[in-house]
Amino acid sequence: MRLYEYIELVFTDYTLRTITLGTAVLGAICGMLGSFAVLRKQSLLGDAISHAALPGIAIAFLITETKNSNAFLLGALISGLIGSFWIRGIITKTKLKSDTALGLILSLFFGFGMLLLTYIQKMPNANQAGLENYLFGQAATLLASDVWMMAIITGICFCVLLLFWKELKLSVFDADYAKTLGFNTQFLDILITAFIVIAIVLGLQTVGVVLMSAMLLAPAAAARQWTNSLAIMITLAAIFGATSGVVGTAISATHEHLSTGPVIVLIAAVFVGISFIASPSRGLLFREIRFRKNRNDLQLHKTLSFMYNIAKDHEDITHPHAIKILNNFQGFTKRSLQKLEDKNYVSIQGTMWSLTPEGYQTAANLYNQLSHINDE
Amino acid sequence: MSRKIAVQIDDLTVAYNYKPVLWDIDLSIPEGVLMAIVGPNGAGKSTLIKSILDIIKPIAGSVKIYGKPYKKQRALVAYVPQKGSVDWDFPTTAFDVVMMGTYGSLGWIKRPGQKEKKAALEALEKVGMLSFRNRQISQLSGGQQQRVFLARALVQNAAIYFMDEPFQGVDATTEKAIINILKALRKAGKTVIVVHHDLQTVPEYFDWVTFLNVKKIATGPVKDIFNDDNLTKTYGINYKVALNQHPSP
Repeated sequence: MRLYEYIELVFTDYTLRTITLGTAVLGAICGMLGSFAVLRKQSLLGDAISHAALPGIAIAFLITETKNSNAFLLGALISGLIGSFWIRGIITKTKLKSDTALGLILSLFFGFGMLLLTYIQKMPNANQAGLENYLFGQAATLLASDVWMMAIITGICFCVLLLFWKELKLSVFDADYAKTLGFNTQFLDILITAFIVIAIVLGLQTVGVVLMSAMLLAPAAAARQWTNSLAIMITLAAIFGATSGVVGTAISATHEHLSTGPVIVLIAAVFVGISFIASPSRGLLFREIRFRKNRNDLQLHKTLSFMYNIAKDHEDITHPHAIKILNNFQGFTKRSLQKLEDKNYVSIQGTMWSLTPEGYQTAANLYNQLSHINDE
Repeated sequence: MSRKIAVQIDDLTVAYNYKPVLWDIDLSIPEGVLMAIVGPNGAGKSTLIKSILDIIKPIAGSVKIYGKPYKKQRALVAYVPQKGSVDWDFPTTAFDVVMMGTYGSLGWIKRPGQKEKKAALEALEKVGMLSFRNRQISQLSGGQQQRVFLARALVQNAAIYFMDEPFQGVDATTEKAIINILKALRKAGKTVIVVHHDLQTVPEYFDWVTFLNVKKIATGPVKDIFNDDNLTKTYGINYKVALNQHPSP
């Protein structure tokens, strides 16, 4: 299928449009809230909550005996919240560290959820088919009403972020200080955690219990690479998340046997990969380039300052010297000498070199800078 | 010499789990002093400040700021936390961090305006960080980060300043710059309370000192009580080792 055909299809095909919109909205809300999870160092919390939601879904089915996604949402929400409270409780009441608490609750709830799921699958109730889709998600089951629900909650979440922007930023950066200024950090903490739990629960149907945390973290981790502003980071994360949703849906819709959730997560991972490598300020690529450039510059500066030391003892600073006397100096190579000449810092005549006035000036400033740094 | 009491602490006891960290502290801090809180590691110095500021809930005792509970006197108090207590890779600028100092007087939801921005720029200027205002905070040196934290507290324009180890990990120049600002605050009639580690500089920097080791050992003017007796009571017989660890520059 050609790209434009597909785009046309998105606008005409009801199911495809619903799924595309749904995954886009989901990506956006996960990106926004994931930024907070990442900055609060709660990356694993999302994973624990999404796994903890599984028994809730199973119990909701056992009670209602139908596949009602609203009942599932409620069940997932309740057991997700119970899971996150237990994690908190374990951390504050025992001496266990948070990673232990997270791992414990994650596997405990997930194990219990799997147990219930296998039990349900043995039941004679025909409705149970498809319940296991909550493990890896099934975007195709999204209905317009689900998407509306997502959109409304994303809207509310956006408004709350705008309203409490200053307070949330402060409490994530420095909670103790926020407390001394009179802000109720516990309220802010619960507010943001509640939204994270809701976003996770919303995504379970589409992306599934197992991959949900990637949906939360990947766009945020990618966005962090590109900016040093919280507002831009959250906006970028929302855009990356939404794009992952749309592109992931497109790829899975145009290829057979590619389920949507994992493809979306992989697209988000591509964003992360590109960001880690190519971001100008934090990316590996530019860091390596900067590192090499700095090293080369330093090499040149070493040679230049060595020359400066020789030249400054002469009345005429441009007095020529033999290249030979540079030989016992390790920073010197033919190439670096050539580079210095290219920059018009030295002039070379045969086997002699001399500093130009410009080179002398630069070298002198180099010294000032160095001694200045030492003074700081 | 009768001065107004800026901070009055009575019977303050704080415990983590079952272990007491602060035991029955009574302490009056007069207005206008530049006071060091000294004591060995684990003596409860930071905890004392945090319980005065209501960050940690004590199990007993009361704290009064100019005669009233802290909750009613927030506007009078500014706090400089330990530098290591926050993540400096947080996506924000030096200016933004200093702006946070204005959030308290703004209250919930209200956004900072021109007045707040001007105050933040002035505070950055005072600590010599104006030219770094748009720098991402992770790209500041330890001393510069500490100056930003100090500027954030200055913006609050408080009467009492609490600082948790403001000299930790800063170089000699920054230490001098910071202590000059603190002395200027005292001159302006403010009360400054500093958790301090370097015993050697206590007589030079401070005029008031509190010795703390779970219990309060002594409190008063440096010239009267900063002596072998109190140092031994606080640090044990080997306190001289602590003194010698910080040879004078």
